[in-house]
Amino acid sequence: MNFQPGKDTLKRNFKTVGTRTPRPDGLDKITGRAQFGADMTAPGMLWGLILRSPHAHARIRKIDTSKAEAVNGVHAVVTAADFGPCPDGVLDVRENIMAREKALYDGHAVAAVAATSRAAAKQALKLIKVDYEVLPHVTDVDEAMKPSAPVINNKLFTKGLDKTPRKPSNVAERFEFGHGDVEAGLKQADLVIERTFKTEATHQGYIEPHACLASMGSDGKGDIWCCTQGHFMVRQVCSALLGMDASALRVTASEIGGGFGGKTTVFIEPVALALSLKSNRPVKVVMSRSEVLRASGPTSSTSIDIKIGMNKDGTITAGDATLRYQGGAFPGSAVPYGAMAAFACYDLKAVRAVGYDVIANRPKQAAYRAPGAPMAAYAVESVVDELCKELDLDPLDVRLKNASSDGSKASYGPNFDVIGLRATLEAARAHPHYKAKLGRNQGRGVACGFWFNFGGETSVSLNVSADGTIGLSVGTPDIGGSRASIGNMAAEELGVPHDKVRCIIADTASLGYNDVTDGSRVTFASGLAAINAARDAIGKMCERAAGIWGIPVEAVTWEDGAARPSSPNAGKHEPLTLADIAAQAGATGGPISGHCEINAEGAGVSFATHLVDTEVDPETGYVKVLRYTVFQDAGKAVHPSYVEGQFQGGAVQGIGWALNEEYIYGKDGTLQNAGFLDYRIPVASDLPMIDAVIVEVPNPGHPYGVRGVGETSIVPPLAAISNSVSDAAGVRMTQLPMSPPRVLKALGRI
Amino acid sequence: MVKVQVWGSLKPALEGADEIELEAASIREVLDQLSDTYPAMKQAIMRGVSVSVDGRMYANAIMVPLKPDSEVFVLPKLVGG
Amino acid sequence: MFQIQVSTSINGDDTEFSCEADETLLDVLRDRLGMTGSKEGCGTGDCGACSVVVDGRLVCSCLMLGAEAQGREIETIEGMADGTELHPLQQKFLDHAALQCGVCTPGFLVAAKSLLERNDDPTEEEVRYWLAGNLCRCTGYDKIVRAVLDTAKDMRKPAKTKKPAAKKRVKA
Ligand code: FES
Ligand code: FES
Repeated sequence: MNFQPGKDTLKRNFKTVGTRTPRPDGLDKITGRAQFGADMTAPGMLWGLILRSPHAHARIRKIDTSKAEAVNGVHAVVTAADFGPCPDGVLDVRENIMAREKALYDGHAVAAVAATSRAAAKQALKLIKVDYEVLPHVTDVDEAMKPSAPVINNKLFTKGLDKTPRKPSNVAERFEFGHGDVEAGLKQADLVIERTFKTEATHQGYIEPHACLASMGSDGKGDIWCCTQGHFMVRQVCSALLGMDASALRVTASEIGGGFGGKTTVFIEPVALALSLKSNRPVKVVMSRSEVLRASGPTSSTSIDIKIGMNKDGTITAGDATLRYQGGAFPGSAVPYGAMAAFACYDLKAVRAVGYDVIANRPKQAAYRAPGAPMAAYAVESVVDELCKELDLDPLDVRLKNASSDGSKASYGPNFDVIGLRATLEAARAHPHYKAKLGRNQGRGVACGFWFNFGGETSVSLNVSADGTIGLSVGTPDIGGSRASIGNMAAEELGVPHDKVRCIIADTASLGYNDVTDGSRVTFASGLAAINAARDAIGKMCERAAGIWGIPVEAVTWEDGAARPSSPNAGKHEPLTLADIAAQAGATGGPISGHCEINAEGAGVSFATHLVDTEVDPETGYVKVLRYTVFQDAGKAVHPSYVEGQFQGGAVQGIGWALNEEYIYGKDGTLQNAGFLDYRIPVASDLPMIDAVIVEVPNPGHPYGVRGVGETSIVPPLAAISNSVSDAAGVRMTQLPMSPPRVLKALGRI
Repeated sequence: MVKVQVWGSLKPALEGADEIELEAASIREVLDQLSDTYPAMKQAIMRGVSVSVDGRMYANAIMVPLKPDSEVFVLPKLVGG
Repeated sequence: MFQIQVSTSINGDDTEFSCEADETLLDVLRDRLGMTGSKEGCGTGDCGACSVVVDGRLVCSCLMLGAEAQGREIETIEGMADGTELHPLQQKFLDHAALQCGVCTPGFLVAAKSLLERNDDPTEEEVRYWLAGNLCRCTGYDKIVRAVLDTAKDMRKPAKTKKPAAKKRVKA
C-alpha cells in the first residue's frame, strides 16, 4: 500500500492535518524537563575538554602530554595519534576533529583530556605542550585563489578543469551549470548590468552548543547520547573513525537545541568516544560558545560576479554568474548548490553559473539552511532589482514575466515538476504590504528564493497498543516540531485523534537506518514513511477484521478509524474500530504494527517571495526593519503554526546575515568575535512581527502534497533586505553585512 | 532511448556531447554505461551524484525504473541544512 | 580543593550544597543539583538561556557565583508551574507555538514572568526590549512576543478583582 507518486491521488479532506494541535514534546520543554545534549550524566562520568590551536596555520612539530597525564584526576589524554586508519569517506572528518600534521585554522582541535572534574581537566589542558611552527595563512576567498597565496594542502589539484593543473592550489574544484548561448543572449539585451558582491561567513547560531556523553566499554560496545541532526550519521562516522562495528555503537539523539545544518556532522563525538575508550569511563564533552564559533562549521564567505541582460519589456535575455566560496580548510563548500540555485527562479534561454570551491584557513564549513543558496540569490536578485530600477519596471511584474513554472527547464538542468513560484509572486502582488506607503529614508525590497528539498533513506515503525493507542518511532531528530507533524499524518491516515499517537525519536539500535534531518526532508520523508507504515498497519487490521467476520480481506475497507465491510454483499457487520481490533490483537494473531523502510524520493522543490521595508538612518547608518512578509509554498501545511515558525525563523536568520552577522578575522588569522556579544544575532528588539503567508501548491510526489519548508525561507532575505536598503539609501549595496559603517560608506558619509 | 545530460563541468567527460542517448531501464543502467564508456565519468560517479529523472530528483537511488523516453540529468550529490 | 558550604532556597525548598569558589550558580544548579532546566547557551551573559530569579531580580545564573546564593531565594524554570497547574505563560507558549527547539524556552519563560510581575500591561516594544537579553535562533521571536502579550491580556482580566499574588514579592 505504499504511496506511488502519479498513481495515487492526493488526499484533500483532512481532519487532523492542517490543524494546530499541541506538540508532543511541548510540556517537557516549557517545564525544563526536556533533556538536551548537555543534560545527561552517567555514574562515574568524566569531563572532557579540548585543546585548540591558537594559530590559523601551523605545523605541529611535537605534542607533549606527559605533564597533563600526571595531573590528579586525569584519566585520559588523546591526540590525532589515537585515531588510526579510516575509510577515505571520513578522512577529512578525522583530520578536522583532531589536527594531525598541521593545525589548519584558529580553533582546530589538537588534543583532549578527560578528568574527574572540569577544574582538573582545565589544569591539564594548560600543561599540554604543543610545539608549533607557524605558517603563512589566508582567510579571504579572493586572496586564497591568488597564485601567490600560501598553499594550504599541497596535495590539492583543482578538479573540474579541462586539464588537471600541475601545481597544487587552494582551488579544490570548478563546477559549471547552464544551457544556451549566454554571450549571444547578453548581446540581445537592451541593458546589461554587471556587478561583484561579497558576503561574510555566518554561523548557524543554534543556542545549544554541541554536547555529548560517550561511554565505551572494554568489550568494544559503546553508547553515545548527543544533540545531532542525525544519530545514524553519528553512529556511522564514529564507528568508522574508531574501527568499531557500526552495530556495536548505539547512538541516542537527545532533544536538540537548534541545528540549521550545523549538526549534520560530528566534532566532539568521536573525541569523547576515544577518551572513554582510553579511560574506560563515560565521558561528557560540551563545547563552549567560543568553541562553537571557532571550531564548528560556519558558512562560506563568498565573492560573486553577476551579469544579467534584460530587454525594455522586462524579459531577461541571459544570466551569467561566477561564484567563489571558501569552505574552510577542507574541500566541500556549498558552491555547487549556490551555482545550481542562483538562477533557479528564472526560466531562461541562456544561463551559466560557474562555481569555485576554495579552501582557506578557517573552520570547515557546515551546511546552513539551504546551503550555498542565500548568497547566490543575494547576488542575482540584487542585479535583477537594479535592472528593474534602471528600466523603470515593477520588480514583481518582471519576476512574474520570467518566472520558472511547471515543466520549464531549470537553470541547473532538469525540467521542473509542479511548482509554486508564481503563486507566491501573485500572493505578494495582491498583499496590502506591497501597496503600503513608505516614508522618508524608507525603502522596499523584493526577492525570490529556491531550494531543492530532499527525501532520502527513512525507517518508521508504528505500534498499535492493546488499548488502541499508537506508538510511532521515527529516526529523524525533531528540530522544529516534526514529531507533531509526523504524528498528525499517522493519525490522519489511521483515522484516530492526534492525541492517541505518541511520536518519539528512536535510537539507532531500535529502528532501521535514517538519513540525517536535513534538506527540509523530515516532514516530507518521515511523514511519507509514517503514512505508509499506517497503511501497512491498516492492512493488517483489515485482515484481522476479515478473520473475525469470516469474510475475505478484499471485502473489508478502512474508513474513519474502523474496519467496515466494503459493500452490502460482504454481509452485515458492525464496524470494528482500531481500538476494538487492538483489544483482540493477541487472540487474533498477535501484536499489530506497521513498518516502512524506504528511500523516499519525490521531494518537491520549494520557492518563496519575500517583501521587506527598511528605514536607513543617514546619520548613523543603522538599518531598521519596519515590515516583513514571507510568501512561501508549503505544498500542504501539515501543522500551520510550525510552518509559519519555519518561515519566520528563516527570515530572521536572513536578517541577521544581511545586517549584523559576520566572522571577523584579525591580521594573524584568528577569529576576533567568538562570542554572542560581538557575533551579534538578531534580538527581539531589532525586529518587527514577521508576517507569514502560507501558499499551498501540492507536491504530486507526496500523498498529502507536502513539500519541505525549512530551508527556502533563508534564501530570499539577504537580497530582499539589500534591495530595500538600496531603495531607501538611493545607492546599490554590494556587500554583506550592511553594518552601520558600511552603510555610511555607501552613503559617502565616511 | 533514454536521453542523458550531465552538468556543465562534466560535459568534457562526455567528449563534447551535449546529450547522449542510451538504452537503459533504470538509473543504475545509466550510471553503469556512463562509467564504462567514459573513464572521466567513472570518477565523478564514484564520488557521488544525484540524478533527476523527468524532473524528479533522486539523491541516492539506483533502482528507479526509467521510461523508454525518460530524460535523465546527472548532478552533483546534494546536501541540505 | 576547598569548598564553600551554601544554604539557600530554590523554588521554595531549603537547599544546601557545597561548591568551589569559582563555580557559577548555573553550574551548581545543573551539575550539583541536577536542575538542568536552566540552559547554558554562552556562559558569558549574552543569551539569557540560564535566566533565574534571585530575590525577585532577573539574573543570568552563568554570571553569578554559586556561593552568592547563600541566604537568598532562587526561582528557576522547574518551579514555574504550580504542581500540575501550568503558569499562564507556559500555557500560552504552547498555544502560540512559541517554541521550536525549545532550548531558549526556559530562559524566555523566566524572563517574561519577571516582566509581567513588574508591568502587567506591556506594549509590544516593552516586551521586545525586556526580552532583548534572551536569544532565540529558531522562531524569529514573533510567536514568543505574541504569547507574552496574550498572557498579559489574559492575566489582567482577573487582576481587576484581585491582585496577582506574585506581584507582592517584587520590590526591586
Ligand atoms: S548562558 Fe548565561 S547568558 Fe548565556
Ligand atoms: S526555540 Fe530554538 S532557540 Fe528558541
